[in-house]
Amino acid sequence: MTDTLILNARLVDPASGLDQIGGLLVRDGRIADLGPALGRPDGAIVIDAEGAVLCPGLVDMRAELGEPGGEFRETIASAAIAAAAGGITTLAALPDTEPAIDDASLVRLLRARGEETGALTVLPYAAVTKGRRGEELAELGLLREAGAVAFTDGSRAVASARVMRIALAYAAQWGARIVQHPEEPSLAGSGCATQGELATRLGLPAIPPAAEALMVWRDIRLARMTGGAIHFAHVSTAEALDLIRAAKAEGLNVTCDTAPPYFDLNETAIGDFRTYAKLSPPLRAESDRLAVVAALADGTIDAIASDHQPRDADDKRLPFAQAAPGGTGLATLLAVTLAQVHGGKIPLAKALGLLTVAPARLLGAEAGTLAKGAAADLCLFDLERSWRVEAGEMPGKAQNTPFDGRALEGRVLGTWKAGRRVFG
Amino acid sequence: MYPPQIETLLDLAESYVLLNRSGKTQRDLLRGRTLINLFFEDSTRTRTSFELAGKRLGADVINMSVASSSVNKGETLLDTAATLNAMNCDLLVVRHGQSGAPNLLAQKVDAAVINAGDGTHEHPTQALLDALTIRRHKGRLEGLTVAICGDVQHSRVARSNIHLLTAMGSRVRVVGPPTLIPNQASRLGVEVFHDMKTGLQGADVVMMLRLQRERMSGAASLVPSPREYFRFWGLDAEKLAWAKDDAIVMHPGPMNRGVEIDSAIADDPVRSVIKEQVEMGVAVRMAVLDILARTTRND
Repeated sequence: MTDTLILNARLVDPASGLDQIGGLLVRDGRIADLGPALGRPDGAIVIDAEGAVLCPGLVDMRAELGEPGGEFRETIASAAIAAAAGGITTLAALPDTEPAIDDASLVRLLRARGEETGALTVLPYAAVTKGRRGEELAELGLLREAGAVAFTDGSRAVASARVMRIALAYAAQWGARIVQHPEEPSLAGSGCATQGELATRLGLPAIPPAAEALMVWRDIRLARMTGGAIHFAHVSTAEALDLIRAAKAEGLNVTCDTAPPYFDLNETAIGDFRTYAKLSPPLRAESDRLAVVAALADGTIDAIASDHQPRDADDKRLPFAQAAPGGTGLATLLAVTLAQVHGGKIPLAKALGLLTVAPARLLGAEAGTLAKGAAADLCLFDLERSWRVEAGEMPGKAQNTPFDGRALEGRVLGTWKAGRRVFG
Repeated sequence: MYPPQIETLLDLAESYVLLNRSGKTQRDLLRGRTLINLFFEDSTRTRTSFELAGKRLGADVINMSVASSSVNKGETLLDTAATLNAMNCDLLVVRHGQSGAPNLLAQKVDAAVINAGDGTHEHPTQALLDALTIRRHKGRLEGLTVAICGDVQHSRVARSNIHLLTAMGSRVRVVGPPTLIPNQASRLGVEVFHDMKTGLQGADVVMMLRLQRERMSGAASLVPSPREYFRFWGLDAEKLAWAKDDAIVMHPGPMNRGVEIDSAIADDPVRSVIKEQVEMGVAVRMAVLDILARTTRND
């Protein structure tokens, strides 16, 4: 493979604290050299970045892919196109498939399907329970040996305290994480919007925000009992974040992520029954959104994930309560996060850390750094360039973005996977 | 029991091993005494073992199993005890699914009560026969490293062995998935391991426990499947190689072949002492009956 030399870039590597203008040389799929003064090898492809930011390819620690079973919504190949457009080169896939990823052979299948794209490393989550039914423990040991990075029942909470206790204790022997959808299902019921004035005015069945805090409290308590590692996905309420902050201060093995909708949007985005903004957990009150922003800044939140959930038109063209929850997020992950940088809430290096090295460490993945010798997974973006999100015009297959119409600053110019340019 | 009493009992059992192998019996010892095997749970080897032990010492042995008893007609444990007491039996061997049931019976009957396994509490004669088996192979109990592997949580065999072996100066380890190791296990004087490789390192004795099927599926599931259990905790040649070269393999039976133990190991004539454990069971129970009969005679 021909060498690639990217010159005149703002190199930002949160893992090492690097932030300087310089160049980066890619040779044989790896980062051969980087720094302020690089020589030009003969025959190299030279790219002038013109001051754009060059950072590690993003690591998205939570995305639902359509495969297997929901290929009409998204395939791994179509998700890889959207991911590349969003600067994502590594992605952890939820087991919310048909069949569920609860067998070692399916874990291997997902890994292989990712490799086939040549653009995206797919790190499979495996189900905590067989069939994601929440009843019997899945074969965590064999799934882990096959390459599962952590265990979760995806969009379903592990409802039974007994099952969660067993899962935490059992997974702890290998230091494996259980990832929880933090919502007490018996309290959430069939609600589809956050409890409050808006849900009342719209006449929608509502979910009390306490449904999140209850589950977070319970699982922190179980983590303390078992010594297990619990990770809360897409945390969205102030109360839950306070509990997580306290658990971390206590030294428990508790981590969490959030997703762009929860720090960029609030419940008013569902407006006049916009089903693209119907998410799970539901969009929250403005005070909760502000608490998520604060938790990003103070380190309570360990990572930002896309929480990509592809839906097709038939899933969404329904009365609000009947529409499927979930929004796409691969192509917008970086730019929506950068809105917090432009808004002065978090520094650029911190924001990029939440999108690269932090999730990579949580997943135990060798990714998310610009170290010499590391795989050349790269994202080049213009921090200032503006664009508008338009459902129907998004890369990949699924179009159900909750950010439809949102003007953003920060555009991906190029994405490289193992040294090969896969976008731009 | 204290260590010297245990040694005495094992010495006596040793003499019964020789007696049994010679084909002779000692029917005068318990002549005229009545032994009732009261089994509220199914059992083949323990019940048969006690029956043989009693008969070889001359006792009149009666087997009562739940299926044919008035327990199924709704009688409480204490009513059963009162009934048996009225029959003036001398030795009552009890197995019960509830921890502590033999203790309750012992308070209410005049006969000597022998615990043949209660719930997940104790199985004392199993621990004694295991100790005898180990002593015959290793010459001692003190200073040996014994790894008790598998479902410790639900095992009365494990608890009795832990008590006996730690009292005798063995270094006892328990090895199993976190979901099958009881809370505060280390407070029993054992080291806890979840990984067979480190747990078996340097072991003189590898004691496998039975994993009940209901632990692997359904609402009570604590481990995902037989195949995962076998992969990580089933004793096969690869895992046994982590123990000492001359480590012996034990199992209280009945075995789940291909779940907690590979057939090649269970049937290995050099390493496996599983059949010998059964033989020792009869001798140990003869010694137990002998000592209890002597004690009650002195009354």
